[in-house]
This record gives sequence, structure tokens and C-alpha cells, in this order.
Amino acid sequence: MTDAAARIALELRDVHKRFGKTEIIRGASLQVNAGERVAIIGPNGAGKSTLFNLISGRFAPSSGEILLNGARIDGAAPHRINRLGLARSFQVSNLFTHLSVFENLRCAVLWSLGYRYAFWRFLAGLHDANERARQVMALLQLDRRRDVLAMNLTYAEQRALEIGLTIAGGADVLLLDEPTAGMSKSETRRFVQLIRTVTEGKTLLTVEHDMGVVFGLADRIAVLVYGEVIAFDTPEAVRANPRVQEAYLGSSIAQTSAHADDAGDA
Amino acid sequence: MTERAFHFRPHDVGRWAVWSGYALVLLLAPLVFSSSLSQTLLSQMGVAIIACLSYNILLGQGGMLSFGHAVYSGLGGFLAIHTLNLVGAGALHLPVSLVPMAGGLAGLFFAALLGFVTTRKSGTTFAMITLGIGELVWSMSLMLPEFFGGEGGVTSNRVVPPATLGITFGPQIQVYWLIALYCFVCTALMFAFTRTPLGRMLNAVRDNPERVAFIGYDTQRVRWFAFMIAGLFAGIAGGLAAINFELATAEVVSAQRSGAYLLFTFLGGSTAFFGPIIGGVLMVLATVVLSQLTKAWLLYLGFAFVLMVMYAPGGVAGLVLANLRLAAFGRLRPLLRGYLALAVAGALALTGASAMIEMLYQLQLNEALGPVMTFCGVSLDAKGASAWIGAAVLLAAGGAAFELARRRFRVRWDEAQADIERETTRREAA
Repeated sequence: MTDAAARIALELRDVHKRFGKTEIIRGASLQVNAGERVAIIGPNGAGKSTLFNLISGRFAPSSGEILLNGARIDGAAPHRINRLGLARSFQVSNLFTHLSVFENLRCAVLWSLGYRYAFWRFLAGLHDANERARQVMALLQLDRRRDVLAMNLTYAEQRALEIGLTIAGGADVLLLDEPTAGMSKSETRRFVQLIRTVTEGKTLLTVEHDMGVVFGLADRIAVLVYGEVIAFDTPEAVRANPRVQEAYLGSSIAQTSAHADDAGDA
Repeated sequence: MTERAFHFRPHDVGRWAVWSGYALVLLLAPLVFSSSLSQTLLSQMGVAIIACLSYNILLGQGGMLSFGHAVYSGLGGFLAIHTLNLVGAGALHLPVSLVPMAGGLAGLFFAALLGFVTTRKSGTTFAMITLGIGELVWSMSLMLPEFFGGEGGVTSNRVVPPATLGITFGPQIQVYWLIALYCFVCTALMFAFTRTPLGRMLNAVRDNPERVAFIGYDTQRVRWFAFMIAGLFAGIAGGLAAINFELATAEVVSAQRSGAYLLFTFLGGSTAFFGPIIGGVLMVLATVVLSQLTKAWLLYLGFAFVLMVMYAPGGVAGLVLANLRLAAFGRLRPLLRGYLALAVAGALALTGASAMIEMLYQLQLNEALGPVMTFCGVSLDAKGASAWIGAAVLLAAGGAAFELARRRFRVRWDEAQADIERETTRREAA
């Protein structure tokens, strides 16, 4: 292991989140190395989505620290966290509905290329932004749908564009919230391959219900139960962990492992 | 392959044609409509076009429903008229043709100041705050007569000797040329704005403010900067109006004026860039021409607005674009008969309805003149049963015919749309 690989990209230190009297996250701690792919699993209501919302700045944690590349980001506004190199996708596609595929992607690259709030330059003249948007569009295989409005895309295309908006800005740390939710088996297979490609060399944190995707994609798995990380290890170790089996209906993990290897080969 | 080469399509040529056509209309309008009344109307239209376009930066492009846009055009107008008075008194050396810029700067300044608060919120809260600020400025206009001129407003004289190149701005036509020039340049600048990073991010904020934050943009900033740009152009419109009327009264910052911007921008069409241009023209036609024709003009206007919101939320521009799309696919011709039927039936129903409305107004408001009135060249007795029965029959027959025509038209329309849909899918697959 080189130093770069061991560098911690994202760290959670005893993070709590309370909504009124209900404590959703109860002291979650996690260290994700740079370049690592981590999947968060856990039963419904374990707080997976809340954890994503805390990391990406949608909510501020009630207590605890969140560090991105060593810098505190807990409680910062989403756009500030994004500028520090963290981007996220949403479980329900969250697109610019009345803009075309190309315009959606171009919006997502503008800030990272330094165009900020410019009103003295024409978009058509921003060759780097247009080129980058086109590259991402090709990667998503949406070239032929360039001028279609996001709201008129098929479900699978919207999911792809959702990933596109997340990666277009070139963030190093990516949070994907159930990227394959609602997709057919074959679409999921294609999608896992896409995620693998676009997250090459990046740090990935993903919430996923499909165990096939989890075991096929993740270097390490974090198991979240009732707002606590009860296990954080390699897929094999997590599968064998008795605490995980007890808390997370171990049978379902065992059953899906065969199917998981399937998806992993895809 | 560069972006420019990639983008070159026939509609780029079309764009040159459209802009040349726009300039040509502005140039030829006062020559075709050369009466002094027309010149007055055309001047007001130019001002209204800039104002509505600036309002649409908020409404159509940014999804910001403002109930207080007249604050920025109005304050621009007051600043411009005070500037004009300073110029007239010799205290300030500025060509009269640049006085609207003083209005623009005032609009920009107040939009930066008040907009900072307003644009922190979006949606309903934004709308409420604009309403509040509108009321605030309106009440200030009553409290500060030194600046707002009290009930009489602030008057001025746009003729400031010596004349440059024979331009005194005395004759209305010279003011029209000034307004037309500003109108063209402002339209072009506002169109250019829609092609810039900020302009595009404004659309993104309209569609989905939450996601904008997760791609690195501060949504409040995007709204605020756009609000300032809208304020700048609103102020220019206010400044031009001040020169045109040589007068600014508290009415120019009123909620009524703000409401007119909203209403006519929507009627013109907020989803297309050129919609507010139509809106501006309609605004002057309604407030100046229609209001001369009938006392019930606000009633007709409200009726038209409700119909538009319900049946054609894209406004006139939306209807134009929908029909251009049909024409592009060769589907317009079969619908023309349907349009004719709708128009005839609609005209009948409208005649019946407005005859009744006008008779009612005659009885209520023109009592002193007696019940006999002239409507569409026909003498009607507002107290006689025959006129009412005739009007009611006309309305009922026209209404029924309209409903029948509408149903048949609906079927044809849906068929055409479905055909176009299939055609597009086929082309995409090919």
C-alpha cells in the first residue's frame, strides 16, 4: 500500500443526528480511504439516507465531526462541500427537468471549470465546458438524446443522467444514493459497469439495497443498524460477521452472495 | 470539432433574419402608423417591452413570481426624472439620451439592496416578500413628497438646449427613436444574457434549486445577481417612461403597475424569450386603447387572463410556438378550418356577452345618459327586454357552437400531436 492509497478521503467521527426527540444517527464513525469503493448497507430506517444528507450538507449533524480530505465540513452549505470536491446523487432523480440532457451536464461542469456567475461570456464559447459535457454524455451513452428535455427521458436514462450530474464536476469523492433503484436486472448489470467506469480512481460511497451490486462493486462494506456502524470490513468478512448476520437478517446476505458474484462478473 | 461548427444550423441563419426583422419593425412602425396617437402608443410599447422582458428574467427564466417589479422600474423613473431636472437646471452635464441610464443604475442599486433580502428565499416566501417591499415603497412615496412629488408627482422638461444634431427630444417621434434604440439594444442584451453561464444557471435554479446547490452553486447568489440584472433593465424602462411622459407619479411604483407586469408578461408568454415582447404590446393596447373603448376593460382583461392561465399557460407565444411546430410537420393546414370555426363561434359569444356587460355598465355608471346606447354600430335600449334577449341568445348560440367546435378541434389537435410524437420517435430511431 502506498501513502496515497492509505490517505483518508472522508472521515466521520461520532456523528449524531436528532430530529426532535428521535435520534436517527447515534454515533456513526467511518474512515474511507482515497480511491476506495465503500457500500453502506443496513435495514430500512437504519439512517443510510440521513447519513448521506449529513455528509453532503443537506442537514447539519447534531454533534460529531465530518472531515473531507482532512478539512471539517460538518454543517457547511451543500455548495461549499461540493466545491471542496464532494458530489452526490439522489435516490429519486433530481434533474433540471426543463433543460436538455446536454444543458443539464453543462450546468454541472460550469462551477468546477471556474465560470462561476459569469454573465459576460457566451456558453457556446466555453469550449472546455462543452467538451467536458459532451464527454460525460458519451460516457453515459446519451449522445443520441442530446437535445431531449430531462423530463422526457426514460427512467433508466434519467438514472444515468443523475449519475452524470454527480460526476461531471470532477469531484474526487462521490456519494451515490441507490444508483440502481427501480432498475431491471439487465439495466442494473449495465449500470454497475457504468459506475465502475466513472468512479475509476475516485473515492466512492454508495447506499445500495441490491446485494448483487454491493458485493460486486464494493472494496469494503459498512453496515449501519439503528444509526450505528456495527461493522466495516471487506465483503467476505462482513458476510461472516455474526453481529451482522444477527442484526441484518444474515440469511439474505448469504442467499444473495451467489447472485452477487454474477453481477460482479458483468 | 469545435462547438461553433457543431452548432451551425439553419436556425442560426433564421436568428439573423429574426433580429433584422425586429429592427425593421421598430424602424417601420412609426412610418406605417404615423399619427401622433400612434407615435405615443408606439413609444409606450417600446418601454413596456423592456419592462416585461426584464420582469420575465424573474418569472420565466428564474421561476421567481414577483409582485413588486414596479419598485425597480418606478424608482428608476423617479431617479431619471430628478436627473433630467438637474440636467435642465444646468447642474449636471449629461445628454438627455443617457438619462435612462441613470434610471437603470437606480434600478440596479435598489435591486441589489432590496433584492439581497428578497432573493434569500424562493417560491411563496419570495412572492410574499416582493409584495411586502412593494407596499413599503408605495407607502414611502406618500411619506416622502420631496422625492416622490406627492399627489402631483414630479414633472420635468425633456427639451434641454442646446440641441445636438438637431435632436431636441421635443417632437414625440424623436423620443420614439430613442426608445426604439434602447428597446432593441436592451432586448439583444437580455437575449444574450440567456446564453451565458449565469443565465443558464438561473434556469437550473428555476427547475431545481436543491440540485443546483449540489453542483457547487449558491442558489441565493444566482437569484440575487439575476434580480439585479432584471432591476437594471426595469430601471432603464422607468427612465425612458419618465422622459416620454415628462412626469413620474407614485403610480409608477404601485402594486397595480407590478400586477400589470405580471399579467401581461404571462399573457404574452413567459416560457418563450419573445413572449414578453408580445406582452408589452398587449399592455399598451389594453391600458391605453381598450380602456378608451370601454369602461369594462379590466373585466375583459381579467377574463382573458383567467382563460389564458387555464387553457394556454404558455401565453400567446406558447400558442405561436405550438402552431409553428404543427406547421413544421405539415400538420397546420387540416386545423385551419377548426380555427375558423372557433373564431366565428367565439366572436358571436363574445359579442353577446359584451353587449350584456356594456348594457349593465350603461345602467349602472352612465345613468345620466339614459338607457339607449350604441354597441357595435347598433342602437340598444339597456332597459328594454329585446336587447337583453337578443344578447342572451347570441351568447347562448355562440357559446354552444364554440363548445362543439372546441370538442372537434380538441380531437384533431390531439391526433396531430400524436402523429408528431410518432414522427419524432421514428426520426430519432432512424
